[in-house]
Order: sequence, then C-alpha cells, then structure tokens
Amino acid sequence: MNVHEYQAKALLRQFGVAVPAGRLATTPAEAEEAARRVNSDVVVVKAQVHAGGRGKAGGIKLAKSAAEAKRCASEILGMTLRSAQTGPEGKVVRKVYVEAGSEIAKEFYLAIVLDRAEEKIAIIASTEGGVEIEEVAANAPEKIITVTVDPNLGLQPYQVRQVALGLGLTEFRELQTFLGGLYRLFIEKDSSLAEINPLVLTETGELIALDAKLNFDDNALYRQPEIAELRDPEEEDPREREAQEIDLAYVGLEGDIGCMVNGAGLAMATLDMIQYCGGRPANFLDAGGTTDKEKVEKAFELILRDPNLKAILVNIFGGIVRCDVIAEGMVAAARGLGLSVPLVVRLQGTNAELGRRILSDSGLDITPAETLREAGERAVAAARGAGA
Amino acid sequence: MGQFHARLSIEYGTDVVGGVAPGKGGATIEGIPVFDSVREAVRETGANASVIFVPPPGAADAILEAADAGLALVVCITEGIPALDMLRAKCALRGSSTRLVGPNCPGLVTPDQCRIGIMPAGITRPGPVGVVSRSGTLTYEAVDQLSRLGIGQSTCIGIGGDSVIGTTFVEALALFESDPETRAVVLIGEIGGSAEETAAAFIRTQMKTPVVAFIAGQNAPPGKRMGHAGAIISGGQGRAIDKIEALEEAGVAVARSPAEIGETLARRVPGL
Repeated sequence: MNVHEYQAKALLRQFGVAVPAGRLATTPAEAEEAARRVNSDVVVVKAQVHAGGRGKAGGIKLAKSAAEAKRCASEILGMTLRSAQTGPEGKVVRKVYVEAGSEIAKEFYLAIVLDRAEEKIAIIASTEGGVEIEEVAANAPEKIITVTVDPNLGLQPYQVRQVALGLGLTEFRELQTFLGGLYRLFIEKDSSLAEINPLVLTETGELIALDAKLNFDDNALYRQPEIAELRDPEEEDPREREAQEIDLAYVGLEGDIGCMVNGAGLAMATLDMIQYCGGRPANFLDAGGTTDKEKVEKAFELILRDPNLKAILVNIFGGIVRCDVIAEGMVAAARGLGLSVPLVVRLQGTNAELGRRILSDSGLDITPAETLREAGERAVAAARGAGA
Repeated sequence: MGQFHARLSIEYGTDVVGGVAPGKGGATIEGIPVFDSVREAVRETGANASVIFVPPPGAADAILEAADAGLALVVCITEGIPALDMLRAKCALRGSSTRLVGPNCPGLVTPDQCRIGIMPAGITRPGPVGVVSRSGTLTYEAVDQLSRLGIGQSTCIGIGGDSVIGTTFVEALALFESDPETRAVVLIGEIGGSAEETAAAFIRTQMKTPVVAFIAGQNAPPGKRMGHAGAIISGGQGRAIDKIEALEEAGVAVARSPAEIGETLARRVPGL
C-alpha cells in the first residue's frame, strides 16, 4: 500500500525524523494560507500523487511569497500529471503540499528495504541523491553503500557509523537520530520500502528528508489500522480495490480478453498463453481457492465493466476447487448479468467432466476447451470474431 | 481446511498421526488425536513432519513452535503472513535442523508415497522428474502435462509465492541433484525477486541433471503485485525476460508457452 508524501512526512515526524515544515492544501486559497503559516522565505508547492517524476512533469514549483504560492497551487491543482511512473493516462492532482524551502549543502539517497535475496533488512545509501537510484546502480555502483540488518538484532550503532562514513559524514549523532527513527518506523509500521531521496544535509549541518516515499506490506495491514486509514481511494483503480475487499486479486490491463483463473501463477501463465496466441489480456484475476457463487458473480461483474472487452476466458484447474461448483457459479453469473461477449471456459481437475456437462446443458453460448493451448487459441479467435 | 486435507492425505497413504489446535487437545478428528501443542504431539506420536494451516496472524508463531519441537520438516500453506514475521522466522531458523517449505505454498507430494499439503495427488504418477515451483495451480498444470505424456514425478515441491520462503529453488535443486531417482527437473518460476537468476548460477556450476523451466508473467506490468506477494517487478528488477535469459545461459530449456512445459521436457530429455 502506498501513501502520499505529506502522509509519509507526518509519520516521519512521529518517529523523530526531521522533515521541513509543511501543510496540506486542497485549494489555491488554502495554499496561500499554508505558505503564510509555514513562515519561510521560499516555499515549495508539491503535487500529491502516488507517483514519482513530479518535478519534470511540472508538479513541483518554487514560490517566494504566499501570493505566488497561491498562483502555483492554482496551476498544479486539477492538472493531469504525466510522468514515466503514472503511465500515459496520468494522474489528476487533488492536493498539494506547501513546504518550507531548505538550504541544501548536499543531497544523499537513503532507503530501507526488505532484501529478498539476503533475507535481511537492507539500508541503502548513496552520495548521489536527487537522482534515480537505478541509474546510480547501473553507472556508479561503487557509490552505493548497503548495510544489512538482522531484524532479530535490530540496527546497531556500528552500522549507523558505516552508513555515515560511506556518506562522508563525520558527525554521527544526526544520522543516528535520523536513521534510527526511520528504522523504527520501518519495523513498527510493517513498511516494505522507506525511501528518502533526496536526504538533504543543510548549510547548518542538519539532516532533513526533502522527499519521502513509504510503502507498506499489504499482508500486515490487518495489524496496522492507522496505516490502513491513510489509503487514498482516488489513487487506486476502483476495480482493484473492490476485488481486494472480497479476496479476489485483480489488475486492469490494456487488452480486450478478460480472464478469470484460480491461482496467481496459473493466472499469469494464462495471460502468457493469450499473448502467445496473438491476443491481448484485459485483466489479471486470481479467484484463488474460492468456489462460492457470489465471488464468481463479482469476478464476472468486474470483468464485464471493461469497455474494451471482446471475449472472456475462464481457466480453472480444480484441486480443492471443484469444477462443477465453478460451472454452476458461472451459469448463474452469466444468466444474472447477461453475457455480452463470447465466453471460453477451460475446466481441468476435480469434477471437470461434470463441470463441462453443466456448461453445455445450460444453453448458454459457451465455448469449451480442454487444454491450455485450446483455451488460448479459442479465446483469441472469439475476440477476433467479435471484432469483425 | 486442515481437517479436509488431513483426510485426503490419509486416503493417499500418508502417515498422519496427530493434529494440533491449542485449546482443543483431547479431541479426535478423522480418527486422529488432537493436541494442545506441537511438543506434546511430537512426544506422544513421534511425528517428524508437520503442515501448518494457521491463519496469517498466528502462522509465523506456529512455524517457530514447530521448529522448537524439533520437527525435521515443516510445510506452511498459509497465504498472507506479514513479510517481517517471515523474515524474523527465517533468521531464527538459521542453523536449526528444521526444513521449512513455504509459506503460501501447496506443499509437496512424493507420488504413491506421501502427500503433505493440498496438492491434488490424483494428477501425479511416480517417475523420474522432480518438479519445483513458486506456484500452486500452475504446478498442477505442469504435473498434469507430464503425466499425460507418460512422464512421472519423483517429488513435486511447491516452494510458495511469497518474498521470503523457507526453501529456495537452489535448495530444492540441490536435493534433486543428489536424489538417485530424479533424472530431470522442471522449474516453474514467475516475476519478482531474483530466485531464478540465483538458481541459474547454481544450475550452471553445480548441476548435471537436465533442467527445463517456465517463467510466468512474461508481459506483467511493472509495479503491480500479480496475486502472489512475491510476484512484483520493482525498480526494474524481477522481470520474466531477465530470468529466462539467465536460465537459458545456464543451459536450461525454457518453454515460452505454458502449454508446452511437458513437451519441452520430453524433447530435452528423450526416453524418460
């Protein structure tokens, strides 16, 4: 789960991690008031969206007065911000964060992330702040310091010194407070990524988080109610959100063949199969180990919302899941919602034969398939036929 | 769910000797005695393996309890365990004699001998091919393709779809390499992380057994979690194409179509 910069900074403050003074605004008038309250010669008006690349896209502007802040906010609020991370459709900006400007002496990169390969918590730091860390990793990997922390031991002072020395800092106390606080936040809030880019060393020797990006482990939200409350539904695909609420995993894609599969790996493989046969999937949908009618209907309803839809492919390999129960759910869903596009169904595993019979007896226009290959080929043909 | 699968495993011939459900000790389910703790269950039954169906909030604790009771093999089916819990559990298990498989996995099957977990054993048949996979139902698809071609399996291991797992590809491959009954291996990977790349390095330098693979998610969009907690391309890392290249460079035959996993193996290792 992602949160906005202003929310991340509020959390950092809670953990004693220094951030510039700042206030949220949702109208130009609020931005003007915010600039006054922030009480700084220079303020920065920053678009609040769940994506990077805001600066280049015109979403970050400097203002030297409250009136100028108001003008900047009126330009940014309501704009559709497009960057490499937003995709071509961009994101509409609904909030801005008005922040005190900082006297920047140096810019660093600092992040805490779960290191899958090492199975530890990794602290990544670099003297090259304010740029994409992937570029630094590609062009100047020697400028990246990585320190791995055992989560059962916690962050040790010698490790903080390691990072400090790597960044060329001789004063350790500032970094101990900053990094110690960031690490505690990471652990206590079940974060999956805490990225400070840039981490600024000011002219007066303070360490401040000029930008902050925090992601949280979806699997831990059940025990992080305060974090879960920070969710911004306007930043999410409503279909993904609705699917999540009933234990379906859904990702909207660009194509025209809708999919429903039991199991994430098989679902990904089904998308691969469609593409291998020359088609384009409209969505990823893992219905999991579910067999109940309501979920099958909801899955269909989500898929049918796609305006580009030309065909639907259902691929079920039943282990615990019984194909006859899925078939009954599908027939009920198709009857209840009305099927506007061709439906190709491949059933395999437990009670597959019974499931196929239920579908053929239903009188609905359903194309059966036995193998994964047949499923892909028939779905692609159905989508092409529909377009003709 | 634990009860349902206990019965299926018993029917398959697995020696299921006890169940653990704190507070329900003394009961009998499916003819099996239930205990309040793993320690007690092990003491009373001599069990050497366990399978965990505990929901996410208590699952990591259940893993630690099982390891503490000295079990040699612990299989965790649970999906949704917080990553930090698994990280801590994994660190705590270092140096212990307990092997953890999973979490978020369907478990393992040695055809005609033993089933621990939720895999549909009916699609398997005994034979010379080891199967190791991050997926659940995609594993069934691959195993089904093999069985239909008359190619049987030595052991099928689902290692799970999470970021932090108990048994990695490399560990499973090492076991297959030293197993005299395994003459070929099918590896099913997916986007996210670098486990397949690490496996490729191991295959290139330490394996003689031929390996065939399929990597799911060849056109997955970056930054999106595709179902499994570990199936996400982030920071340019974890793309299917990079895994496929690494494996092919290590001499692995990688099927591009998921419908051709069985055929790819049959071509690569004729006469199985």
